[in-house]
Amino acid sequence: MAVGQNVLRKEGYEKLTGAARYIDDITLDGMMYGKTIRAKIARGRITSVSFDAGFDWSRIVRCDCRDIPGKNYVLLIENDQPLLVESEVRHYDEPVLLIAADTRAEVEEAARHIRIEYEEKEPILTIEQALAGEREVLYGADNVFKRFLIARGDTDEGFAQADRIIEGEYRVPHQEQLYIEPQGMIAIPGDGSLTVMGSMQCPYYVHKAIKQLFNLPDERAIVIQTTTGGGFGGKEEYPSTIAAHAALLAHKARRPVKIIYDRAEDISATTKRHPGIVRHRTGVLSNGRLVASEIDIVLDGGAYVTLTPVVLSRASIHALGPYRCDNVRITARAVATNTPPNGAFRGFGAPQVAFAYEMQMERIAAELGIDSLELRRLNMLGEGDITATGQRLTWSVGAQDVMNEAVSRSRYVELKKDAGAAPATADNKRRGVGLAFFFHGAGFTGSGEARMKAAAGIEITAEGRARVLAGSTEIGQGTQTIFCQIVAEELGIAFDQVEVQEPDTSRVPDSGPTVASRTCMVVGRVVQMAARDAKQRLLSFVAEAFGAPEAELIEGKFVAGGRELAEFTDVARDYVEQNGKLVAIARYASPPGVEWDEDSYSGDAYPVFSWGAEVAEVEVDMDTFEVTVLKITTAQDIGRAIHPLLAAGQIEGGTLQAVGYGLLEELVWDRGRIVNNRLTNYIIPTSLDAPEMETVIIEKEYPHGPFGAKGVGELPMNGAAPAIAAAVFNATGAFVTEIPITPERLQMALEKKAVKE
Amino acid sequence: MNDQITAYSPDSLTEAYAILAERAGTVKIIAGGTDLMVLMNARMLDAAEFLDIWRLDELRGITDEGDRLRIGALATYTQLIKSELIQNHAPALVAASRTIGAIQIQNRGTIGGNIVNASPAGDSLPVLSAYDAEVEVGSARGTREIAFNEFYRGYRSTVLEPDEIVLAVRIPKLKEGERDFFWKVGTRRAQAISKTVMAAKAVVTGGVIQSISISVGSVAPTVIRAPKTERLLASHKLTPDLIKRAGESIANEISPITDLRSTEHYRRTVTGNVLAKFLRQLTN
Amino acid sequence: MSIQFQVNGTAREVDAPPMKRLLDVLREDLRLTGTKEGCGEGECGACSVIIDGEVINSCLVPVCQVAQTRIITVEGLASDGELEPLQRAFLECGGAQCGICTPGMLIAARALLDMNSQPTRDEIKEAIAGNLCRCTGYVKIIDAIEQASKEN
Repeated sequence: MAVGQNVLRKEGYEKLTGAARYIDDITLDGMMYGKTIRAKIARGRITSVSFDAGFDWSRIVRCDCRDIPGKNYVLLIENDQPLLVESEVRHYDEPVLLIAADTRAEVEEAARHIRIEYEEKEPILTIEQALAGEREVLYGADNVFKRFLIARGDTDEGFAQADRIIEGEYRVPHQEQLYIEPQGMIAIPGDGSLTVMGSMQCPYYVHKAIKQLFNLPDERAIVIQTTTGGGFGGKEEYPSTIAAHAALLAHKARRPVKIIYDRAEDISATTKRHPGIVRHRTGVLSNGRLVASEIDIVLDGGAYVTLTPVVLSRASIHALGPYRCDNVRITARAVATNTPPNGAFRGFGAPQVAFAYEMQMERIAAELGIDSLELRRLNMLGEGDITATGQRLTWSVGAQDVMNEAVSRSRYVELKKDAGAAPATADNKRRGVGLAFFFHGAGFTGSGEARMKAAAGIEITAEGRARVLAGSTEIGQGTQTIFCQIVAEELGIAFDQVEVQEPDTSRVPDSGPTVASRTCMVVGRVVQMAARDAKQRLLSFVAEAFGAPEAELIEGKFVAGGRELAEFTDVARDYVEQNGKLVAIARYASPPGVEWDEDSYSGDAYPVFSWGAEVAEVEVDMDTFEVTVLKITTAQDIGRAIHPLLAAGQIEGGTLQAVGYGLLEELVWDRGRIVNNRLTNYIIPTSLDAPEMETVIIEKEYPHGPFGAKGVGELPMNGAAPAIAAAVFNATGAFVTEIPITPERLQMALEKKAVKE
Repeated sequence: MNDQITAYSPDSLTEAYAILAERAGTVKIIAGGTDLMVLMNARMLDAAEFLDIWRLDELRGITDEGDRLRIGALATYTQLIKSELIQNHAPALVAASRTIGAIQIQNRGTIGGNIVNASPAGDSLPVLSAYDAEVEVGSARGTREIAFNEFYRGYRSTVLEPDEIVLAVRIPKLKEGERDFFWKVGTRRAQAISKTVMAAKAVVTGGVIQSISISVGSVAPTVIRAPKTERLLASHKLTPDLIKRAGESIANEISPITDLRSTEHYRRTVTGNVLAKFLRQLTN
Repeated sequence: MSIQFQVNGTAREVDAPPMKRLLDVLREDLRLTGTKEGCGEGECGACSVIIDGEVINSCLVPVCQVAQTRIITVEGLASDGELEPLQRAFLECGGAQCGICTPGMLIAARALLDMNSQPTRDEIKEAIAGNLCRCTGYVKIIDAIEQASKEN
């Protein structure tokens, strides 16, 4: 009834009329404007902070690390990141002081009257510098935040069998999430309590961080998500810092304080996708069969641990790609550098390794002289096959389906025959086509979900409606809409009879963070279970009230034996009137048989994978080396699509972010400072840079997802970059091993190729 | 933001001249604001007084003066794009205007602003240079015309006196048999700043270049002409070899730098290749 | 200084410094917070409004330049709570995700359709090239504008 339908999105009206209230749209009585004063060196020690004596500071609230009631760290994995610098500076633009004033102009003016002096140290700015050990170590004994080893079979034996051993090194850059709404928060001091509202993905992350910093019990810290203008991972962990900054000022001023980042501050100071270097050494038989694979991953974690170990874990598990190989050894390290901490960004380690494993497949195909599509078909995982971590794929494997669909819809084989070899056109352009095949594990890695036991629920309201209670946030992807669809379908009522409680930690349970493609598959499943529970209770109520133990709830009516007993709304109202309220909370339980061993890093890394295949058609201007992506055809198996239109929107949006990753987006650094921190020089795709897209959704139902749904959010981030790079290779013969494929980089690759020839 | 700043918004040029005469050197002229407001928002502009010329209708309009077009300084890129006079007599200026920002900028940004902003990456400027435009400037002291190719002293520096204002730019119409060209290589397809941007104009008869002018932006401190390459090409028959040598010539003639948008190497090579695009078009 | 202009059909008068950004006047003085700020430098288009029929970035226009003009913001599109066809098309086609670019996108689309009631997909792409969206890949925004144009 509701699931599978393209209903109108729940919060659509507000977003289309300008009525939706984002954090910067909210102004409170007596509110002050806060600003973060940041360090202007990449590494060193603060020697003095001075406030201009000629400036009137009486109207300014100032905070430093000594104002923090609790401990000076932002709660996450290792708690090594201070909320405010005490003395040691570890990255450029690290927060040192906070100030607030009545107006934005005043706070900006005050900022110009603060001087910070430093004693600088030689910073570690790259992965190479972190590993070389020549500069003073930043973390542990060797600058390595985290290591993983995934080993299966015997690679020595595998390489011994191999007809060819093929090596490749691939490099991937930082990428900025670039949500269009910059980060922002408002903190409101209470009587022994604090309320924080703002733009965020994970209210309970903020909640935990605030509780620790202010020594507050659960109920004394209230975190409310306001309408959020995009996240993409960028509003996973960093909002805790901004919330705490605003809260610290509000706590001291005893007035509400708003902090809104401007674009330059947002790009300069907040998290990015981890850059990395991935090396492959692959043993293959002459027919293309993979028999041994050694993969080494190094990611740049930035100045603090933050979420880096988790990103590295996902990178390691996805590193071999969706391919069969019985002898695998994956080593992974994340290193510390004096750059802002890298963090969550859609894909979370997987896009980095996907570029590498797909380019390695292209390289193997080229060296063996076989077609890369055939190479992929020969090695691709299927049902019953075993992954690098030893996981047997038992259900919902859409690998073949996505490949067949993408290849046939795009006419890949015909296009590839026509392109590449053809001479350049009169205007010196060449065309090419490229393919990528990829997968993505939805939900937390390993035992994460089993440990988390996400909670969500529904409430039957006094008005006779169902209300979803979940900590999962709407950040554009459609959380509110799909949760309502799931509840409507499970209860047997209309979509319009379901509403959503806005995430507020005083009103919704902890459903875990809105990350990891887990909202629909994991939390949606919990919401479904809660609805099932509520329905049972209502049915028992009806059974008693109407003497109808066999009653059912169908299309908003309770019926028994073909007889209509009552409207859902009336029963719900009566129930609440008689019993107070009906709140059903459910918790996530892992599907049976899913097992993960943290020590050996083996087993079922994810309960299920989503699958994708993507074909990119490009045109390369051989005069300017500009690559135009003409069309992307993509087929993605995401299980049952709860809302096909929203799901397609996720795929298209993620695909364009991946086009940006592959072609346009990179940071320019100057001694740890990001130079291109504006929208005029950090280049994301406009409508004119966006290719035509053909999107096919494959629905291999997952028996333990809500109505068969799997994850969709991150999968589309994995395909476009390698597909485009393969297409550029096809068009020009230049094999580019580093993204983005800017015209400058393609020029160098073509010149290198010309020298070789 | 911008609370302490004052602005004069005169309704006539005479008033504007008077304000400029009195406050020359302290008052900053603002037209469409598409460059200045960016600097102001980024707190990179320290002016405390502005002369807002947006209401000066005397600076609007595109008129036919026989063998030249007079384009009022406040003509927006959208007006240039839509003008039949420009479409017919200076098509490269239409092409350039279409690549500037996107529609919001084209609706507000002005050709006078592009000239006075004096950025080496101003995308309309190579067209004015290749067309040998003249800039009409005025002040309470009177008006004068300055050859566009002599308008800049150096990086972001013009020959304007502090009390002067750009009134219009005059460009010769494309002559019978003359062809023009505009090509921008930017950081993306819209909302892009140039890595290299070229405008050119030539007459070719019987495969021989009779005359040619070539101008390039983003590859030197100001928009520049390429006289050596022009001389190399003029009076010569267009052959693949000549095209190749012209590309090499202009690559050496320009003085690009590596910055956050591109590299020196790329700019040299691609400027040569873009010239080749034009020369190949001329052979057809 | 006191400046008079029309916003969404209503005469308004504000007392504001002349160089204050139109964006801030709309959001702060007039409390029309539907118009958004994404970059403050005319790159993202989230602050787009229509002045006398032309779409512009309100972060780049000082309020002294809008005296006696007619301005349309996103709040002026729906009438009496009823979505106009363009807004409805965005809702039906999935043209809004996080919604932060949506007001500017709608305004750019409105300005296009007012001038060109039957645009091609390429013309639509060009008309919204000054409005960055990070969610949709633009596909469904273009679909929505196309659908609205067909209802014209």
